Amino acid sequence: MRQYFVRTFAAALLSAPLALGLAGSARADGPIRVTDAFARAAAAGGVGGLFLTIVNTGPSDRLTGVASPVAGKVELHESIDDKGVMKMRSVAGLDIPAAATVKLAPGGYHIMLIGVKQPLTVGGHVPVTLTFEKAGKLEVEASVVKPGGMSPGRSTDSGDSGMGHEMGHGMGNMPGMTPAK
Amino acid sequence: MIGLFLGVLLLGAGATLWLGGTTTMGPAIGGPFALTDTAGKRFTDKDLLGSYAVIYFGYTFCPDVCPTTLNHLTEALDRLGAKAKLVRPVFITIDPRRDTPKVMQQYVSAFSPSLIGLTGTDAEIAAVASEFRVYYAQHRTGDGPDDYTMDHSSVLYLIGPDGKFIAPLRADATAEQLAADLSRQLP
Repeated sequence: MRQYFVRTFAAALLSAPLALGLAGSARADGPIRVTDAFARAAAAGGVGGLFLTIVNTGPSDRLTGVASPVAGKVELHESIDDKGVMKMRSVAGLDIPAAATVKLAPGGYHIMLIGVKQPLTVGGHVPVTLTFEKAGKLEVEASVVKPGGMSPGRSTDSGDSGMGHEMGHGMGNMPGMTPAK
Repeated sequence: MIGLFLGVLLLGAGATLWLGGTTTMGPAIGGPFALTDTAGKRFTDKDLLGSYAVIYFGYTFCPDVCPTTLNHLTEALDRLGAKAKLVRPVFITIDPRRDTPKVMQQYVSAFSPSLIGLTGTDAEIAAVASEFRVYYAQHRTGDGPDDYTMDHSSVLYLIGPDGKFIAPLRADATAEQLAADLSRQLP
């Protein structure tokens, strides 16, 4: 759970008497939190997949925008398995039901980084800004994992990567961390 | 089970090819191919003779399914220990327009030094994909020449040391399952 870093986009606005009128900034203690954000390593000029978990403790909302300075273009995508044919389609937004957890996980939704400007290397971090219809903007930092990595992983502990790990065991293991037997 | 799997494959393959109308024939999957490796050198099916091969078709402009599969494949081989030496993992692009040998080199080396990356001309890729009953098609996402993604069959093909197709392996299996599936097929 230390794999994510959420902070207010503009903490100063907290002191504004009428935050309602100042849409665009989410409160750190707001109803939406983002956890387990990770991006797969990518070469410069290549594409990267970024995954995360959205935990909503408030009313229904909608993810309407994704942005990051590390790539030329950033889009929200869905992978579809159509009878064995894999398809990738961009989606305009993603509904976040009230009091629900929505995962952007391999095989489902991802944030696609298109035209990565600098190589994304394991251990690095990728800043992402998520825009929600009601909650406003949230800044998130995703940790970079190996290509094809399935979870945020952890250099010291492969057994507790928390959410987003249900895709199967052992897949989030980093090189050299394969179980001994 | 395999029959069902091939059925699904065929459904997915849509109009590419048709197997000949009989369900009892052996699966005529695979065949000779001539492609280009990441060093820009010619690489043919003959170069795989003597080893088992696991072949996957995909493309580098693919942030989700392809890296997941290649990661599971290389992790599965790691789990096989000494047996892994018998198997050569191969990644063939179905997006040769983007995937030059240099792009392929950068991509496959990030997974494993043993992963062989192959590209070719449009015609060469079309030929090998057709032999393996792989469906692929561009999906336009905009007006620019680079504004497209690829739809493609996602299957791992296990090929024997004699170059003959042995069995499909599920591309959405975990590394653990893949290792077990592979282990059963290896001597």
